[in-house]
Amino acid sequence: MDYVKLINCMRCGMCLPACPTYKETFLETASPRGRVALIRKLQEGELDQSERLLEYLSLCLDCQACASACPCGVNAGELVAEFTCERKGGEGLSFMEELILRRLLPHPDRLEAALAPMRLYQRTGLQKLVRKLGVMKLFPEPLERMEGLLPNLPARPLRQTIAEVTPARGEERGTVAFFLGCVMSLVFSEASRATVRLLSELGYRVVTPRNQVCCGAPNMLSGDLAGLKEAVRTNVAVFGGIEADFIVTDCGGCGAELKHYGHHLEGDPEAAAFSAKVRDISQVLALHREELRAKLKPLPVTVTYHDPCHIAHCQGIRREPRDLLRLIPGVEYRELEAADACCGSAGTYNIAKPEMADRILTRKIATIRATGAELLVTGNPGCLLQLRKGLAEQLPGVGIVHVTELLARSLDGAA
Amino acid sequence: MEQSFINELKTIVGEQYTLTDRESLAVYGYDSTPELESRPGVVLLPGSPPEVARIMALCHGAGISVTPRGSGTNLSGGSLSGGGVVVQTSRMNRIVEVDEENLTATVEPGVITSALHREVEGRGLFYPPDPGSMNISTMGGNVAENSGGLRGLKYGVTADYVMGLTTVLADGELLRTGGKAVKDVAGYSLNPLLVSSEGTLGFFTAITVKLIPKPRAKITMLAHFPELNQAALAVSAIIAAKVIPATLEFLDKVTIKCVEDYSHVGLPLDVDAVLLIEVDGHPAVVAEEAASVEEICKRHRCSFFQTAKDADEALKLATARRTALSALARLKPTTILEDATVPRSCIAPMLQVIQETARKYNLTIGTFGHAGDGNLHPTCLTDERDKDEIARAHAAFDEIFDAAIAMGGTITGEHGVGLAKKRYLPRLVGESGIKVMRGIKNAFDPKGILNPGKVF
Repeated sequence: MDYVKLINCMRCGMCLPACPTYKETFLETASPRGRVALIRKLQEGELDQSERLLEYLSLCLDCQACASACPCGVNAGELVAEFTCERKGGEGLSFMEELILRRLLPHPDRLEAALAPMRLYQRTGLQKLVRKLGVMKLFPEPLERMEGLLPNLPARPLRQTIAEVTPARGEERGTVAFFLGCVMSLVFSEASRATVRLLSELGYRVVTPRNQVCCGAPNMLSGDLAGLKEAVRTNVAVFGGIEADFIVTDCGGCGAELKHYGHHLEGDPEAAAFSAKVRDISQVLALHREELRAKLKPLPVTVTYHDPCHIAHCQGIRREPRDLLRLIPGVEYRELEAADACCGSAGTYNIAKPEMADRILTRKIATIRATGAELLVTGNPGCLLQLRKGLAEQLPGVGIVHVTELLARSLDGAA
Repeated sequence: MEQSFINELKTIVGEQYTLTDRESLAVYGYDSTPELESRPGVVLLPGSPPEVARIMALCHGAGISVTPRGSGTNLSGGSLSGGGVVVQTSRMNRIVEVDEENLTATVEPGVITSALHREVEGRGLFYPPDPGSMNISTMGGNVAENSGGLRGLKYGVTADYVMGLTTVLADGELLRTGGKAVKDVAGYSLNPLLVSSEGTLGFFTAITVKLIPKPRAKITMLAHFPELNQAALAVSAIIAAKVIPATLEFLDKVTIKCVEDYSHVGLPLDVDAVLLIEVDGHPAVVAEEAASVEEICKRHRCSFFQTAKDADEALKLATARRTALSALARLKPTTILEDATVPRSCIAPMLQVIQETARKYNLTIGTFGHAGDGNLHPTCLTDERDKDEIARAHAAFDEIFDAAIAMGGTITGEHGVGLAKKRYLPRLVGESGIKVMRGIKNAFDPKGILNPGKVF
């Protein structure tokens, strides 16, 4: 790890109020400044790689709110992730990691098949049968949490049902390639269907290659650099063959990762070109505000917007989603306090650190309650899962949708 | 530190809030001051004033030192402990009361400064002190260091707003000073003594501050000056014209270049200085003052003058000043930020001294700061791994502080003395000054357990 990145931290403390785990604990070890110091002292030999030190670092959500707050450009979240990644170095993946990262994610069909029992389970209510599956016995608690987070799965993942080419409605203005994202396709296929529809309505021909694979973010999180690079190469090759103006995703996590492909394969011009074309869906829709406004029908509803970390902090996109919500006639938009504070989802954090994730979620739900909005809108599947659960438990009556779902409803004129 | 002592501390604050592991102690060994570190023996996070009193009594009995700490944004090493007990106030963060009849607010020491701003401004009231660190610094720390801020010129500093304090003394006894009465001349004025005592006289557990009505209007302006001297003269002329802006901030050429390089806010690279000026108050007065400021800047050959049309544009203009430190800090890893302060009529010669000293020692020093109140932040951009450069930086600041003292200024306007500037203090206050201060310290803390080694 680059030592200069560590000593660039001037310890001013501006990151402290931005950090969700510091706000919960008030502990320096649970702050971005403290984490940078821990890694620095480790490198300087003042501390060693103790269990406790790793435990402290593992509390970081990598939401990167600290990076947005840092006056000198230190990204503590990324430094912790980089440290974790270097430490693990792809060695000694656990059975589950090996299974998911190497056997499932690179093969969407297998991943989709693996979730089939969950669909069966949901459709038939055969809870006992599913509980008997060996994997669940090995990890009863985390899986139970995962199960609690899952909404009703669509009958079939979007990847299997979406046309490879969706033609533009009316005059064609260009082509976009659509990056599906695992969770969006598997769980939130209706939102992604809305994404494709909106692009088509605006005159884009949408190409959705079937042979695309996971963006690689889960590999990065587990320190599986080899798996990450494999995913990058596959996707760069798949999308390289499409003459697209943009590569669009409606998953904040995928978007942040895809924009890093040029960095992951440094010196590879095709990876850099790939990253340069990546856009979050809100960025593309915001290019066509006026056309969109003309097509939208009234939806009388009060909404508020939660900034996903991977969209606000990692991609710097804050204005576009809000602008889009304000376009919808009849929508009363209410700003959420600390809208860009993490919801506690953070990849698999809500499963690995349930207690902290729940505290962060509860704080988030309280701010949502304070707006009095009837509907929460966001743009990332992790947030959708986590906040959906939080609302169901603590604020029933408030719905949650992806930005594109709400826009699609407005196209239809039906709330 | 003995285990039995630590166990007793645990019975006061609880196991969870008694930190003794190597990792925690390592990260409580610093605050925001560059180069300084000193590891505590134990860190405590009490949840209430009675817990603080019990901690103090216990430590007093054992003869073990106590260093109060808020968010650790200190810039003079004042919250570092040399092996003793560090008491972090963050959990004591209740705004106890906003008294709209008496125009006061009472807070616990761990309340974040900007949280108090939000609370009172929601009621049409105003707590003016706004240190650069206000989004994280605590009220206890602000009082202990007598923090300033961008509004210091018109509204003064923290000391001007502290009306009453509840302080736990070194032996655990309570001392109540001041209160809500606007006029109070009973005995020695202990409030101002405790404000800026840097944690050496007592531990604040309740702070009552004065509030004022929130100004109804504000106008933000930005002026570019091709010549440094003209900018300094404009500052003096604005004050001489009986206009007291809320904010009168200054950025020099080095700072402007850094800000522009990193944030592209559209600052000119061909000027020597910019001034950010804000006037606030009654709408009619504000309009008149803004016109006067514009006329004065133009008379002093400013090459460009901009008035913000609305709040958004005002924020954009203020961004230049607010990003100053960040822009400088991005250039080199170690930023030594100082706060040499002079009477405001001496700003031009002081700026000249800083520039000459930087040249003499071959250093990059960017200067920005509160021109209106003479509080400048010469910021030396260094790399702590370059020992020679660090030594030259210290030599340069030696000369800069000597010059400030010679002009009737001081070695610190708002950061405090702490560890970082204690060697300069005798030059400023003399032998007799140190003697009196030692006597006061002795009266409050005869065993010398409260934040020892700080100030003198």
